[in-house]
Amino acid sequence: MPPVAVPLLRVDRVTKSFGAVVAVSDVSLDVAAGEVVVIVGASGSGKSTLCRCINRMEKHEAGTITIDGAELPEEGRALASLRADVGMVFQSFNLFSHLTALENVMLAPVMVRKTPKHVAAEDAKRLLARVGLADKVNSRPSELSGGQQQRVAIARALAMRPKVLLFDEPTSALDPEMVSEVLDVMVELAKDGMTMVVVTHEMGFARRAADRIVYMDEGRVVEIGTPEEFFTAPTTERARNFLSKILNH
Amino acid sequence: MSTLASYFGQIMVGLGTALSLTVIGFAGALVLGTILAVFRIGPITPLRLVGTVYVEVLRNIPLLCLLILFVFGLPDIGIVFDLYTTVAICLALFNAAFVCEAIRTGINTVPVGQAEAARALGLTFTQSLRTVVLPQAFQSMIQPLVNVFIGVLLGSSLASAVGVMDLLGVAQFINLHQAWGIGLFAAAAAVYASIALGMGFLGGRLERKVAISR
Repeated sequence: MPPVAVPLLRVDRVTKSFGAVVAVSDVSLDVAAGEVVVIVGASGSGKSTLCRCINRMEKHEAGTITIDGAELPEEGRALASLRADVGMVFQSFNLFSHLTALENVMLAPVMVRKTPKHVAAEDAKRLLARVGLADKVNSRPSELSGGQQQRVAIARALAMRPKVLLFDEPTSALDPEMVSEVLDVMVELAKDGMTMVVVTHEMGFARRAADRIVYMDEGRVVEIGTPEEFFTAPTTERARNFLSKILNH
Repeated sequence: MSTLASYFGQIMVGLGTALSLTVIGFAGALVLGTILAVFRIGPITPLRLVGTVYVEVLRNIPLLCLLILFVFGLPDIGIVFDLYTTVAICLALFNAAFVCEAIRTGINTVPVGQAEAARALGLTFTQSLRTVVLPQAFQSMIQPLVNVFIGVLLGSSLASAVGVMDLLGVAQFINLHQAWGIGLFAAAAAVYASIALGMGFLGGRLERKVAISR
């Protein structure tokens, strides 16, 4: 037995810039298997960029990111197969518009995992039922509401049986009345032990589902703590300011 | 006095030559242009450069120049094709640049999040292109590709300038003998136009058939 459990996801001193703008600066973060880490912070704090670096949607220029012991490789087949183990849910859903909900969920298992089609279809139906969309399997994205689309997107990510799920502001593009249907699915996943990294402005979700909250500002991690610690006794001035702005309205 | 009917056989052969040059030229342009488009949107820098240089060179010279270079230049360096083949090759090479741009523009109409979602699921570049991006780009490529097809058809008439007896070549030949003049060329123009219009119509039908709502 190793003396210390290796974290499922390790972000070590990662920096990412866009031109002269440093979006993520020297960030380190470990996420254990089964843990739910919620990243919060003002717009432009680098939280989305950090999330997108984890599966190399954005290429970081310094530091290392390790998933289940494997460091992120360069763009290519090895990276593709590593990405297959890291689910991602986007702010703008990004469902494949030419495919039905079922086909959206089936595509990657069939193409990447070489799952036989009938097996993938059964699996996809089960997952769509799990996110409450059993009656929408044959709908196209344009026929679904935002909340429904995002739930299909979650089912699509789950179909790959990922080791970790990344959520990049999954409810920011939704009409307010649809936010809870998506958050409810996410809370269920968290309860089921899914390892999750969630970038969000939903403090209610952070409070309910997070094991730890990471507060970022100006590209740096300013504070990491349990929801209890973060919401009731933030240790930094910046975090107190942030909380007073978003909670007092 | 001969009638147009006595040239019927020759006209049909000329029309056949024009059509086969067009089909072969367009097919070649489609294959090469697709490869070039993949080069231009792909992640490999040297290939992107090859694609860019090819397009910028080929689409910026007159087709007639290219034809003359190939017909008279290639034999000088020991490469001899018959005239028909030379014209077909030129049509394919020249129009590949336009096919490339039509495909690339079509691909750019697909929101970047689609390819991103595909990559995030573990699909390779080729897989995401084939199953996610191209099927959605196809609709917006149809009209530009019909334009290229028409360009190949009309460009094929330049074959007559280097001695191939295509439809226009036959018209010139008949005119040499009969001096029917404008009527003859107006008739040839009408034939080209009706083929081009027909293709445009089919393209419109196809476009509506494959429409995807977003």
